[in-house]
Amino acid sequence: MIGLLKRDLTLAIRAGGGFGLSLAFFLIFTTLVPFGVGPQTQILAEIAPGILWLGALLACLLSLDRIFQLDWEDGTLDLVATSPVPLEGLAAMKALAHWITTGLPLVAAAPVLGLLLNLPGAAYPWLVASLALGTPALSAIGTFGAALTVGIKRGGLLLSLLVLPLYMPTLIFGALCVSRATEGQDAATPLVLVAGITAGSLALLPFAAAAALRVNLR
Amino acid sequence: MSSLWEYANPRKFMATSAFLLPWTAGIAALCLVTGLVWGFFFTPDDFRQGSTVKIIYVHVPAAIMAVNAWFMMLVTSIIWVIRRHHVSVLAAKAAAPVGVVFTVIALATGALWGQPMWGTWWEWDPRLTSFLILFLFYLGYMALWEAIENPDSAADLTSVLCLVGSVFAVISRYALLFWNQGLHQGATLSLDAEQNISNVYWYPLVITLAGFGFLFIALVLYRTRTEIRARRLKALIAQERMA
Amino acid sequence: MMPDLGTYAVPVLSSYAVSLGLLIAVVAASIWKARRVRARLEEVETRRGRS
Repeated sequence: MIGLLKRDLTLAIRAGGGFGLSLAFFLIFTTLVPFGVGPQTQILAEIAPGILWLGALLACLLSLDRIFQLDWEDGTLDLVATSPVPLEGLAAMKALAHWITTGLPLVAAAPVLGLLLNLPGAAYPWLVASLALGTPALSAIGTFGAALTVGIKRGGLLLSLLVLPLYMPTLIFGALCVSRATEGQDAATPLVLVAGITAGSLALLPFAAAAALRVNLR
Repeated sequence: MSSLWEYANPRKFMATSAFLLPWTAGIAALCLVTGLVWGFFFTPDDFRQGSTVKIIYVHVPAAIMAVNAWFMMLVTSIIWVIRRHHVSVLAAKAAAPVGVVFTVIALATGALWGQPMWGTWWEWDPRLTSFLILFLFYLGYMALWEAIENPDSAADLTSVLCLVGSVFAVISRYALLFWNQGLHQGATLSLDAEQNISNVYWYPLVITLAGFGFLFIALVLYRTRTEIRARRLKALIAQERMA
Repeated sequence: MMPDLGTYAVPVLSSYAVSLGLLIAVVAASIWKARRVRARLEEVETRRGRS
């Protein structure tokens, strides 16, 4: 299983695009917001938590269909399915690799983009903490969605239709955590709830993803 | 007494549903006509809400049945996953569009009701928002059915989606309560009479509720029959191609 | 016979119209699809019966 993880990470690094693309998307998305909303720092500071979370979410979504697609096309997935590694483990490792290649860079980049949007100082630790705790859930849910749609040609759009409603609770709590922190309110409760969703998703969704993979590989 | 599992045989299901269909459809039509006519023509105006209170006879039953339709899909999906009960998953597929229509009715009448009462068509109130999310879940479920060629794979994948979606729908419901306190009143139909509505409104409401319920059952039976025929048609065409 | 709906005639009437319209639409769509599938199934079955 560690081998699978290593393989995914190496592929992401060598093939390029894995790290860079979603990060660039996040940057562009955040840069575009002031053009749409206007450059008033007051308004930007107010909406910054939501925008940053939304940007991270969309950046995650962008790379989801590549989680299984390539392995499906070249038959790697069939090979892994016949190997002794359980598919649940494969799904978990895929989610982890996706998180390391997209989630983690997003967490690291978020404070810088927070500066661009004039996010108040007190909110930075909460922003990083909520993203660090929330993005694994996004990866796990996304892996499940990718496993559902792996057999479908041009499933990208369908994938986002399926996955976005599932992202809703994570987004609500994550953005709420940061926006509460900007207003100086208690931000710990939403943070704990984000962590709860992440823990639940990580525990359960690899099984659902493996079930979907088994159906698709049948 | 026959058990639920016998209806995994489509022939058996077709026979029973052919018998049940006229009855449920008849009761549905009767209840809907009685309840809606009673509610529309013969109930007094509310002293605060004026005549908009009449919207309750379509809004509340549609909303209740929209949630119950998803719940029914969840149960039938579980039955399919555990027992490979073919009719069960087709019933879930048949129920989804009906659930969507009920959700849209609940949302549309809610907007029309909210406009004069709250002064806004739409409010990001927890209940309204959870219905919007329910609508999105229905759309995703139906889109997944449409996208997959192999009927058994489609049944499996949509069932898994329905299970996971239900969990997340419940989480969303509570997340939304946490997120924003709403304008909606509390439970209207709770059995403890504390904040119940008065009997004048209650009787026609119960009748329309029964009407929507039976309409749902009748439509699901009818559409499941269609789905079974469609499945058979597909199998026959596939056989012809092979030959 | 028409009850006096007061100032709220438009929302009340339109919500009934929307609801009934949608209900009729879903029933009609179900019946239409059922007929089509049934007709095609019969067509295929008779064709197979002959051959």
